[in-house]
Amino acid sequence: MNKYLLYPGCSMDSSAKAYKDSLDAIMEPLDLHFEEIDDWNCCGATEYLGINLIPAYSLIARNLALATKQMNGTRTVVAPCSACYLNLAKADYYMQERPTLGAKVNEALAAGGLEYKAGTLDVRHLIDILVYDVGLEAIRSKVVRPLSGLKVVPYMGCMLPRPDYQHRWSDHEHPTELDDLLRALGADVIDYPLTTECCGGHMTQIGPETAFELIRRLISDASERGAHMMVTVCPMCQMNIDAYQNETNHFFGTNYHMPVLFFTQLMGLAFGKEPGKLGIGLELVSSRNALANLGIEVPVTQEPAAPRKKDEGLPMPRRWTKHEARKEAVK
Amino acid sequence: MPQMTDERVRAGMNREEDLSLLHEVSMKTAGVSHLEMCIQCGTCGGSCPVAEDMDHTPRMLFAMLRAGIREEVLRSNTPWLCVSCYHCVVRCPQEVHIADVMYTLKGMAIHAKLYTDSTAPHFSQTFVGMVETFGRGYELGLATRHYLRHFPLRLPGMVPMGFGMITKGRMAIIPKSIKHIDQLTKILDRAKQLELTS
Repeated sequence: MNKYLLYPGCSMDSSAKAYKDSLDAIMEPLDLHFEEIDDWNCCGATEYLGINLIPAYSLIARNLALATKQMNGTRTVVAPCSACYLNLAKADYYMQERPTLGAKVNEALAAGGLEYKAGTLDVRHLIDILVYDVGLEAIRSKVVRPLSGLKVVPYMGCMLPRPDYQHRWSDHEHPTELDDLLRALGADVIDYPLTTECCGGHMTQIGPETAFELIRRLISDASERGAHMMVTVCPMCQMNIDAYQNETNHFFGTNYHMPVLFFTQLMGLAFGKEPGKLGIGLELVSSRNALANLGIEVPVTQEPAAPRKKDEGLPMPRRWTKHEARKEAVK
Repeated sequence: MPQMTDERVRAGMNREEDLSLLHEVSMKTAGVSHLEMCIQCGTCGGSCPVAEDMDHTPRMLFAMLRAGIREEVLRSNTPWLCVSCYHCVVRCPQEVHIADVMYTLKGMAIHAKLYTDSTAPHFSQTFVGMVETFGRGYELGLATRHYLRHFPLRLPGMVPMGFGMITKGRMAIIPKSIKHIDQLTKILDRAKQLELTS
C-alpha cells in the first residue's frame, strides 16, 4: 500500500473537476491511498507572491504545517496541480535557502499555533509519484484497453519541470515523463517540442492578447503535428487551452478544435473505466471525435453556443487590436 | 540616499540615482536572489515567450536596477507580463531567481503605486482578497468582479464559456470556505506586521 498526503488545490473542486474524478477512478487499481490535508487553504497561485512576501509564504506554509500533523508514516505531500506543487516546493526550499525567511514565516505561523521546519516534508507532483513510485511497468500491467490509434501530444507545461530545485525531472525543457507514461498506455505519442512552453497562466485574465498568442502557438503546433488531442498535467493549462480556445480562435480568425484532457483521464480509459466516471465530457472543446478513434463513445453533453456571426445581432463595440489601441493613445 | 553625481551628469544620465535599489530588491526577494551576479548576457530576454510585449527585457530591467533608476523600473510593465514560466531561471548562467525578482518588483510597484496599467495589480489584489476572506479561490466571484471592472466589453463574448463552465459544474456559484479561517487570518495579520518591520 502506498500512502501519501494530498494537497488537492482549489481547482480540483471546480474547473479541474475532471482531474479529481479521474484521479479517484485510478487510485484503486494502482493501490494508491491519498489522505487529504485537513482544512488546507489556497496556495495563493501566482498572485499573492506579487503583493507581499511574508504573508504569501505564510499562506503556503500553513498547508505544510498542517500536513506535518498528519504525517503518520509518510512524509510525502502530493499536489496534482503544477502551480500548487511549485508554490509548496518553493516555500520549503526557500525557507531553507534563506533561514531569515523561514524564521519570519514561523513567527507568523505561531500566531495560529502552528510551525513548520523546512525540509520535513517531501513535496511531489502526482505524475512524479505515478512514474517513479508506482512505475511504468505497474501501470502497463493495468492497461486493458490500449490507446493505440489515439494521437496525442504530451503537454507538461512550465511550472512542473522548472525551476526544479529538487532535481526531480529528466530535463527542464524537454522532460519525457509524460511521453513515457502515455506510451505505456499504448497511445501514439507525437514528439512535441513545445511541451514545456507556457499556456499564458493568469494572462488570460489580465493581458488576453498576450495569452491568446501563447495559446495559439500551442494548439496550432499540436494541430500541425496531427494530434487528436493534447494531454496535460496541470489545471491551469487545461483551463487556458480548453476554456479560452474559442476566444483565441475568434481573436485570430482561426478554427482550431483541439481538445485537451488530463493524463489521469487517459489512464482511466486505458484501465477500462467508463468515460462518464472520468469527467470526460466536462471539457468545453469536446473530445468526442478524438476518442472515436478508440471506438469509445462519449455521452453527448452541452456544447457551448457558437459565437454569433459579425453581421448578426446587436452592433457591439469591437475589441481594439494592439495597433489600433496604440494609435488611439497617440491621439 | 538618492543623489546625482557629477560623473552621472557627464555621462548624460540626468536622473537621480539610488544605488541601494539593487540591494533592496535582492533582500526583498524570496530565497537567495543572486541578482547582484547578473552579467548582462541577455539569455533571459532571449528565452522569454512574452518579451515582445515587454517595455524592457529582464536584462535591461536588471541594468536599470543596478543604475538605481527606481521610478522607471517600478513603472515598467515587464514584471506584470512575466508569466512565471521559469525558462529564464533554468537558463540563467548566474542562477538569478528572475521570476521571484519579478514578484518582488510587482509588490514594490503596488506599494509605491507606480504601475502604469492597473489591470494586473487589481487582479492580484482581488484574488488575494478572496483568498483572505474564504481561504480558498473563488473563480466566479473573481471573474465577475475583474471582468466588470477591466473588460466589460469582453463579457458578452464570454457568456458561452461561463455558461459552459457553470452547467458542467466546473465553476461553483457559492464560495467554499475553510473551517479555521480565523486561524488563517491571525497568521496573515502577523505576517503583514512582520513584512512592514523587515
